Amino acid sequence: MNGIATARASRSVHTSQQSLAPVPALPEKGGKVRYGLIPEEIFQFLYPKTGVTGPYVLGTGLLTYLLSKEIYVINHETFAAASIGIVIVYGIKKFGPSVAAFADKLNDEKVSKVREVKELAVSNLQQAIEDEKKEQWRAEGRQNLFDAKRNNVAMLLEINYRERLHMVTNEVKKRLDYQIALQNLQRRMEQEHLVSWVEKSVVKSITPQQEKESIAKCITDLKMLAKIEQARPTV
Amino acid sequence: MDVKLGELPNWAATRDFTPNGILSAVRRGHDRFYNKYINVKRGGIGGVAMLLTGYVVLSYIWEYDHIKHDRWRKYH
Repeated sequence: MNGIATARASRSVHTSQQSLAPVPALPEKGGKVRYGLIPEEIFQFLYPKTGVTGPYVLGTGLLTYLLSKEIYVINHETFAAASIGIVIVYGIKKFGPSVAAFADKLNDEKVSKVREVKELAVSNLQQAIEDEKKEQWRAEGRQNLFDAKRNNVAMLLEINYRERLHMVTNEVKKRLDYQIALQNLQRRMEQEHLVSWVEKSVVKSITPQQEKESIAKCITDLKMLAKIEQARPTV
Repeated sequence: MDVKLGELPNWAATRDFTPNGILSAVRRGHDRFYNKYINVKRGGIGGVAMLLTGYVVLSYIWEYDHIKHDRWRKYH
């Protein structure tokens, strides 16, 4: 009973541990059959009790029984069956291997075609994996690009700032220079104006009376000087 | 076989004789034969030959009442 229960359990699909993918491969060869008709299990079953010749003796006995009791009747059909049997056996012996090779070739072609498709799909997916990895590497590299751009922008800002600083200092210096020049000009003009005014007033203040007196004084001074000059060489 | 000959009646009593049961038994038998002899990579002549032999034997059994008239002897 246990054997039956386990045989039943191994047929159910949804409770077994096996997974359905990958599909298990088909067995290589079918169950062994002797003389193309009798499964090997009969021979194995009878071997312990009757040895090697058991099934053959069983076959002979059965045949004798069927013939003698005329359960199998020999009539015209027997002859037809015998002829057909001989032809069939001869045909199978002669053409069996070539037909088997042909069928195997068909099978191999089918399998190789499908395998090609599978290989192509696998290689495509591999290529896709490689490309994906490369894209990820490139995406990482973009960080460096952003850093460089940030540096550029910072530099531009710095340059702009310094330019404006220079401009401001230049403008301020120009205005201060202007003020200094203005002051200098003012002072110079005041000086010149003062000097010229003083000269003019002095010249104006020299009345004709004073002019005559000064000229007379000059003449007397000159006469005195001439006298001194004349007096000196004699000393 | 997993069932001993002495236990055959007891075992047969536990079998499921409803139509569903019979159908499932036929299906199981068919699957066993098919997966052992036909659904293989390099099957031999055995699978097909056994089916044809079974057909021949079955048709002989069904025709036996007619073939009885071709018997050579009357008493066996």
